[in-house]
Order: sequence, then C-alpha cells, then structure tokens
Amino acid sequence: MAFAFDEMKGTNGHVRPAYAGLDQWLHDLPPDVLDRRRREAELLFRRIGITFAVYGEAESTERLIPFDVLPRILALAEWNTLRAGLEQRVKAINLYIKDIYGRREVLRAGIVPEDLVFQNPVFRPEMNGMSVPHDVYVHIAGIDIVRVDADTFYVLEDNVRTPSGVSYMLENREIMMRLFPELFARHRVAPVENYPDELLATLKSVAPPSASSDPTVVLLTPGIYNSAYYEHSFLADKLGVELVEGRDVVVRGQHAYMRTTEGLKRIDVIYRRVDDDFLDPLAFRPDSALGIPGLMTVYQAGNLTLANAVGTGIADDKAVYSYMPEIVKFYLAQEPILKNVPTWRCREAEHLAYVLDNLEQLVVKEVHGSGGYGMMVGPKSDRATIEAFRAKLKSRPENFIAQPTLALSTCPTFVEEGIAPRHVDLRPFVLTGRDRTRIVPGGLTRVALKNGSLVVNSSQGGGTKDTWVLDA
Amino acid sequence: MLSRTADNLYWLARYVERAEYLARILEASMRLTALPLAYVGSTNEWETAVATAGCRKSFFARYNEASEENVTEYLAFSIENPSSIRNCIEIARQNARAVRTALTIETWETINGAWIELRRFGNGPSSREEFLRFLHWVQETSLRFDGSAYRTMLRNDAYWFSRLGLYIERADNTARILDVKYHMLLPAGEPVGGPLDYYQWAAILRTVSALTAYHWVYRENLKPWLIADLLILNEQMPRSLASCYANLVRFCDLIAAAYGRQGHAQRKARAIRTRLQNSRMDEIFQAGLHEFITEFIADNNALGAAVNSQYLM
Repeated sequence: MAFAFDEMKGTNGHVRPAYAGLDQWLHDLPPDVLDRRRREAELLFRRIGITFAVYGEAESTERLIPFDVLPRILALAEWNTLRAGLEQRVKAINLYIKDIYGRREVLRAGIVPEDLVFQNPVFRPEMNGMSVPHDVYVHIAGIDIVRVDADTFYVLEDNVRTPSGVSYMLENREIMMRLFPELFARHRVAPVENYPDELLATLKSVAPPSASSDPTVVLLTPGIYNSAYYEHSFLADKLGVELVEGRDVVVRGQHAYMRTTEGLKRIDVIYRRVDDDFLDPLAFRPDSALGIPGLMTVYQAGNLTLANAVGTGIADDKAVYSYMPEIVKFYLAQEPILKNVPTWRCREAEHLAYVLDNLEQLVVKEVHGSGGYGMMVGPKSDRATIEAFRAKLKSRPENFIAQPTLALSTCPTFVEEGIAPRHVDLRPFVLTGRDRTRIVPGGLTRVALKNGSLVVNSSQGGGTKDTWVLDA
Repeated sequence: MLSRTADNLYWLARYVERAEYLARILEASMRLTALPLAYVGSTNEWETAVATAGCRKSFFARYNEASEENVTEYLAFSIENPSSIRNCIEIARQNARAVRTALTIETWETINGAWIELRRFGNGPSSREEFLRFLHWVQETSLRFDGSAYRTMLRNDAYWFSRLGLYIERADNTARILDVKYHMLLPAGEPVGGPLDYYQWAAILRTVSALTAYHWVYRENLKPWLIADLLILNEQMPRSLASCYANLVRFCDLIAAAYGRQGHAQRKARAIRTRLQNSRMDEIFQAGLHEFITEFIADNNALGAAVNSQYLM
C-alpha cells in the first residue's frame, strides 16, 4: 500500500499552511491538557446523551462514539472545489432518479444497464410515472469523500436515502468551542451552526402545492431503539418540528395527520428517517410496525413531500456508483468535478477475472452492504477470509464491486500513544430545495482510530472529529 | 403538541414522583424497625411498607416472608417489580428520552444523570448506610427534577401535562398511605394504641415530609385526626389531597384555556376538588375514613383515565 498523504504534514513532513495555527498551538500546549480535555469531552457527550446503539450488542445498547479533540482542517480553496463538485453530483443524482421513474432516457442511451435498475430490490415500481413536489428527490445527501493526495478527492459513496451523522458535525463543533476557546481565537473557522436553519428552509421550500404558506414539517423516526435516535431528536429540536413515530400519524382520506393534544393536525412535509421498506405496511413490508398505513396513497395524491423521496436507493447503490461519472456527463454535459474511486464491476466478466486475480490488493464490497459490513480489505485479510470472498464472488459476482486499496489521507489524532496520524474520510451534507442547494462548510470527519485501519464506521471502532474550513 | 409527547411527559413526572414516594416509605420503615418493639408494637413494618407501596399481591407471589432483605430488594432494586425504584427511574428515563425535544437541558440531564448514577448502586446496597444514601439520592433526584422543571420549562402544555402526572401520582400516594394506616387515625375519643402509635404517626408524616409542617400548622402534639386533616383537607400542605387537587384543577384549566376547549378531565378535577372543599373531618370519620379514601382513589384514577382519553391518545 502506498504511503499515505498526511493532511497536516503532507508527504514531506512540512506543515501545510492550513495547519500552521494548530501546529503552533500544539507546540505551546502544556502536556496532559489534551488528555484532560478528552476526558471532559467524553463527560459532556455522556451527559448530553449523545449516544448511538450498536446492533447485536445486548449488553451496552447505548455507546458513545469516540471523539477526537484535534480538528481536521480544510483550506477554503480546497473546500470550494469540493463544494462545486458536491453540488454538481447531487444535481445529477436528482435528474437521474427523476429520469429512472420517468422517461428512462439514461437507460435508452445505454449509459446504465437496465437490469441494474429493474432487478434492484431498492427500485420502487410505486414511483413509476409519479412526480414528486418540485422534482426534488434527494433533499438531504451525505456524500462520502476520501482524499489520497494534496489535490485528489474521490467520492467513495453517495448516501441519498437517510444519511445520518449531521448531529455529530454540530455537536462536535459545540464541544470543541467549549473546550478550546484559545484555539478558536487563533483561527477563523466557517460556522456550521446554521445547518438546522438551512435544513428547515429546504424542507419548507419543497412542500406540496396544496400546503398552506406555512407548511407543517415533521421528522419521522423509527423510535428510541433506533441507532440514530439521538440524532433524530436532536434535529427535531433544532428544527423546532415535531418528532413523530409511525403511530403518531394517521391517514384520513387524501391527507396525513398527526395526533395532537388538540386533535388531528395536517402534515405537509415528512423528513423521514425510516427506510422505504418500513414506511407504509400497505405498500411495502406488511410486517412493519414503524410505518403509517396508507402513507403512499397520500404521497401519490401529491399531498405530501417525503424527504428524501421513496426509491432514491437506485442512485446510491454501490453497483450504480461506478456509473456516476457517466451519469453526471449525461445529464449536465459537464466533466465531473469529483472523481470516482476506480471501480471494477464484478458483474462484467473481464472485471471479475481481474478482481479474482488480484484479491489480495483490492477492497471488495457487497453492492447492498453499508456501515462497513459485508466488505473485505484484501491487504488486511487472512487467507481464509480471502478464499471465502473468492467463493462468494464466483457464485454471485453481480453482488460485488472491487476497488484498489486507497491510501486514505491521515490527520493528526490524539490516541493512546500520543498524537499520531490516522486515516480519515469526510461526509459533507448537501441540501437541495426548490430554490437552491445549500451546503454548510465542512461536514462530518470520521477517523479510523486503530493504527493502520481504514474502516472509519462508528459501528466498527471509528471516531469523529470536528471539521474546519478555514477562511484563508 | 403530539399526544404521545404529552403522554411521555405525564408518565415521566409520575414515575419520578413514585420513585421518591417509595424511597420515603423505605426510609420511614427503616426508622421504625430501629425502635424497640415496646415503642412501635409488634407489627411487621416491612409488610406495611409493601402494602403502602400497593404491591402486596405481586410481592407475596414471589416471597413467603416480608423480611427487610426481601422488601428492600423488591421495592428498590428488583427488575421484576414494575414499580421498583430502579424501574421507576428506568421508565422515567425512557419516557424522557422519547421526548428529549420537549424537555429543557436541565431536566433531561437530571433524569439522564440519575439513570447513569443508578448503575453505580448495582443490584443492591452492601450496607444499611449505603442503602440510606441511596434513598436520599432518590429523593434528591426527584427534588432536582421538580426544581429544574419549575425553573426552566416554558409554561405551556408540556409543563402542564407533566404537572398533571405529578399531582395525580402524588394524590394517589398520599391516599394510599392513609389507606394502609387508617386504622391508626381513628377519630378523637376512640381507644387507640396509645403512646405506641406515636411513632407510627410520626412515620406517616415523615413519609409525606410533613413532620415539621404539622407542628407549624397545629402547634400541638401529634393527634391522629389532625394528621388526617393535614393530609386530606389542608390546602397549605403540598402533599395533601386538597392541595394536589387545587393544582390539578389549575393545570387542567390552563390547558383548557390554551386549547380553547374543555372536557371531561376539567369537570372531573373540579368535581373532586369541590367534594374535598365541602368535606369536614368529623363527617369523613363518621362516614368512614376507609370508605372515603377508597372512593377518592377510584375518583383519582378516573381523572387519570379522563386525561388519558381526552389528550394522550
């Protein structure tokens, strides 16, 4: 594996300009301050109740996500490029989804293979020929970005169903400002605290035409046992909207209502954090207790906006991912600003042959996997694991893609042995409304805390960092 | 507001109040069992504690004997007892977590902090000293919860529903302790246990934190009919039935005014309050204290049901 680019010290050990202030501050810092602050941060997170649940762990169902006290810093110029690339990509994704459930020009032009859409379990025939308010499908996108050198950012994954993590972006900043006022005094950091306002503006802008001028927005959560429940309640609070569960909502005629202490109240926009499958037991999984019977009829009648729309999964599937550069070109007639990680589609015979020959060097991912599950990192896997994946690949090649093992960039991170480089990624959040696209500068930086590890997922021992965009 | 949110707030307050009440019962029982038998008679205080907590049936389904060990375990720490202090805090916190957005940081941190702290006490105390500390801690948690709600919550329906939960629970608790001990609170002139009962009476007052209040109000030695008067009809006494209902009527009316509509809950609360206001202690004794209290508990439950069907479903 290639030598990783360090965002603080580059490849030559010289501190890069954006990190000069942090470097100096670390230099001036009395020993053990970081350790004390780290403990304080943990206490704060625990007290505020910022926890997440790990599925499959009966013992401690609520855990803290580890927080690293050293910020990850992007220079404004770097961010501006990212920003333009993100906007472009999400714009294309929205056009693509509208097309798939509409005229299907992308299929007729042979850009994306048909079976990839129609055989895909996340394709929703219910959406065929239906228009959604203001043609926005993906109102909230979390695009995972990795970096391999000073100039190259790759999109690793598009998350356009119910991306999570934005509460950490916001809370990380709050806690950093509480713990390190001195460090902030030395920098001018672009704020992220306006995210909830931007989100609310986005959601209100896409209300259905039948809504009043002050539409009612709610946030739909699966409930307190969901791993992201903290985030749901946090966002509802910041947005100033009701946090509803399926049982709080009823469908009467062509409208959806919530049960309130003053009777039923009409709902116009649902920011839903419940997957498609569970949204409406009459339309999708009949065993869903989280959903709202009849919701899809209201949606199809055009009296409701779901954010994100139903069926957006056909755009963030890992198999579709590899076609994204062509999708951007097809709809926007522009070169993609953000690159894709080179990807082998195992569904194609030549690609599969290459992958099988080079398993030890590659990262193999299940097309429908997420959260770091169902993947194999070749250089980090033992013989048996590799052989197990080889067998899986041979029997269901269309279920997999493969990518080179990237030397993800590293950031200085405060770990057991002191300050050491650890691999990071970045998830900026892109908001698309009727009027415009909104992106707060930065995003959620996830960091693989284990030495050498490339897996940043919180369910697999990853942590988070505050992410700064520095004003020059 | 969402009916479910109101429901969570209502039960959050009820469970915190119940946890405090249980802690008070247990503390009063510990004091009584520390006295020589000649002072308190040969009653089993632990059995009385179980009865006062209203779980005699479920307790004896599990244990043969109401020993100190069994009762403290069951009322304070048992996972099987749905209303043990542990479960009260657990359920209160579940309710709080479901309505994070309707709570202030201060109230949330109080209840979440208590829930975290609860683990420190593990499955039971290692000594009586530690147990007493635990009981005090529970009472402090309730005070902090109440105080933080009082000081930080907006005066809107969220606050009012949590108050409804608190006062319905409190009225129920006070009525229950009266019900269990009513035979000791017979009217003047009736022969009762004499000096033996003094400590039992003091224990009742202690359970509702009214021992000092009693002396301020009546400036007399402990007299059972005055104790009953204090706990039932005296509106100055925060845990009396009359005071609970003064508050319940007030909060029901505030909700009705805000929503521009009133219903069964308002009428029920007012009717119960009127009845308390029109009662005199000697008449209550004549008609039977036990009967009076039994009827009150049923009425109080009916108010709970009315609030539930009018707002929380």
